[in-house]
Amino acid sequence: MSDMAAHDAHAHPQGFAHQFEDAVQQKEAGTLGMWAFLVTEILFFGGMFTAYIVYRSLHLGGFIIGSHLLEVKFGATNTAVLICSSLTMALAIRSAQTGKSRGAIISWLILTMILGATFLVVKFTCEWYPDYLNHIVPGSYFGFEYRPEWGAHAPYVQMFMCFYFFMTGLHALHMVVGLGILTVLVIMTARNKFSSEYYTPLEISGLYWHFVDIVWIFLFPLLYLIGGRYPGS
Amino acid sequence: MSTATADIHHDPVESNVNYLNASYGIKSWLFTVDHKRIGLMYLAVITFMFTIGGVAATLMRLNLVEPQGALVEPETYNKLFSTHGIIMVFFFLVPSIPATLGNFLIPLMIGARDVAFPKLNLLSWYLFVTGCGFAIFAILSGGVDTGWTFYPPYSSLYSHTPVVIMALGIFIAGFSSILTGLNFVVTIHKMRAPGMTWFRLPLFIWALYATSLIFILGTPVIAITLFLLGLERIFHVGIFDPAIGGDPLLFQHLFWFYSHPAVYIMILPSMGVVSELITAFSRKKIFGYSFIAFSSLAIAVISFIVWGHHMFVTGQSVYAGLVFSVLSFIVAIPSAIKVFNWTATLYKGSISYQAPMLYALGFIGLFTIGGLTGLFLASLATDVHLNGTYFVVAHFHYIMVGGALMGYLGGIHFWWPKITGRMYPDMWARIAAAIVFIGFNLTFFPQFVVGYLGMPRRYAVYPAEFQVLNVMSSAGASVLAVGYAIPLVYLAWSMRYGPPAGRNPWGAKGLEWTTLSPPPTENFDVPPLVTEDAYNYAHAGATHV
Repeated sequence: MSDMAAHDAHAHPQGFAHQFEDAVQQKEAGTLGMWAFLVTEILFFGGMFTAYIVYRSLHLGGFIIGSHLLEVKFGATNTAVLICSSLTMALAIRSAQTGKSRGAIISWLILTMILGATFLVVKFTCEWYPDYLNHIVPGSYFGFEYRPEWGAHAPYVQMFMCFYFFMTGLHALHMVVGLGILTVLVIMTARNKFSSEYYTPLEISGLYWHFVDIVWIFLFPLLYLIGGRYPGS
Repeated sequence: MSTATADIHHDPVESNVNYLNASYGIKSWLFTVDHKRIGLMYLAVITFMFTIGGVAATLMRLNLVEPQGALVEPETYNKLFSTHGIIMVFFFLVPSIPATLGNFLIPLMIGARDVAFPKLNLLSWYLFVTGCGFAIFAILSGGVDTGWTFYPPYSSLYSHTPVVIMALGIFIAGFSSILTGLNFVVTIHKMRAPGMTWFRLPLFIWALYATSLIFILGTPVIAITLFLLGLERIFHVGIFDPAIGGDPLLFQHLFWFYSHPAVYIMILPSMGVVSELITAFSRKKIFGYSFIAFSSLAIAVISFIVWGHHMFVTGQSVYAGLVFSVLSFIVAIPSAIKVFNWTATLYKGSISYQAPMLYALGFIGLFTIGGLTGLFLASLATDVHLNGTYFVVAHFHYIMVGGALMGYLGGIHFWWPKITGRMYPDMWARIAAAIVFIGFNLTFFPQFVVGYLGMPRRYAVYPAEFQVLNVMSSAGASVLAVGYAIPLVYLAWSMRYGPPAGRNPWGAKGLEWTTLSPPPTENFDVPPLVTEDAYNYAHAGATHV
């Protein structure tokens, strides 16, 4: 018992949790934990990607028609926005790593949040809402309308739109969670929780943010760019 | 008997402050981050869930006493077997050993103060309880009738029961599994005491490491599958339902991609427990340590590529069936390796037959029967005959009840003195173990026979010629229920009246036996330093009772 008490009395760096021996162990545990979590996320999205791939190979015609209902310019814009947000996130971590001021870290974090929010705004106002007005949101409550030119492909156009909304919706949900995490990080930074010695929460949150971006990098071509959208491709 | 053991090892100068009495009040439990308390909180919840699943099973067996159904309407029977399966699989067997004994023992066995992420551990418990809440709500609002597998179109078009609520409960409980698995993996990688190398780890840790890998890799897939199923039902869009454009086979593929490995989530931890028990009660170093350790990992890996053996007769291609059949035979090899190594450990061991050992020996016999009958089902031709019959029911109950549950009970009995600091009456425990063994075999062995004769599973009625075997099975279920009830009584009794256990009532090896019983909140009074291999019984004194 006395050993344990002595242990607790030691001066440990900021953010140190009681169950660890030292800060190195804590950092390694946190990082491994986040990687393991991302593995579960890959499997989570993976089930949906698998379903997408199976149905796309079975019903390619319907999926191509569905894909052509999407506006590639908004998807492309959002891809660029997210790639930029990954850069600003990395710069926020680097600012902490190199011992820059709190203001510098917070600026990069807030810029990342602005870019993340931009993505969601574009997604919602330029894509989902017009889709709703155009009656291409599937489901009994949304009045999905079949168009005569789709012919026998019509049910699979609807299926494509299901996958479009499920996959981008799940991704957007992860973006919202990411924005929540970034908010917490801004508060922690403002309270001077980080230094060049200790910035693990920034780093592992960065891993999550990059993961969400990478999911979009896969979603964009799978959803927007199938079926020879442009001549010559 | 137990008192004698306790006297030998009891150290009179022990601190009285432990994890149980360090703080009092309901809040000190609900907001605890102590892995030991969280383990006990899981124990309470899963015991409650087990009771619900057990009641459903009892009603089913009562109904099957008569060929035309003695008790309930066929629709109610559908709900009973669905409830039994869902509760027992997702809310009892999957969390059973990992969440209770795993939570309690992993930090103790590797010499850590706690798991890597204690708050996440508490969050896992709350997620699990929330999931249980949804499941109970679904049962109370009528219950689902889809079977535990949720196959569309049973679960999409034809079911007018609260499928979405039940699926949501499983979805949420799944995240509890994922986070528990993540916590264990990181804990085992990063929190080991000085000197605790990978190949000095107890085999229970190896087994739970393999289990955690399945938690992490498999559970997200069932989560997304149930998510898609829920969306299909809520929005009436075609994902899996063939009537509106979906493909029910895809659901089966995705479902079994998790649910076959989930079988190993249930059995691997029990194998870990049995490895501990066999060596402790044989007073002998485990035979083939590294074979057992690696066979756990091999099972975890191979379990992910055998799921198609659930779909031999559902329209999967013959060639896929062939491959899945071969792979299913291959997954039997690491399981057999374990059984051979356990029996080799017994050979020339100094065996004593206390209650935990009886469960361990029962496990080996019943698991072997369950495993070998699994090979019948992995063969394409015999599976065509046996698929969907009571033979399958008997097979997986030999694995899940004869295997997983026997291991769980053995483990609870083995570590109970560590958990509570008290001994239970060993003779009562031995009697209960014998009753469980007899009741189990009487319940499920006739089901092999009746299944082979062609009685299909999941029906409320059956031809009159099967009545004798069904009555035997129902009688066995009553015996089994008695066997499960007795430990509840004497274990509860022992918490207050049992003689103090001392640090190491069994004279077993392992770090958890070096600390106090019950352990202090920080686990070890002296920070452990490991200098020897696991199960180093070579110089242990004979402590027979």
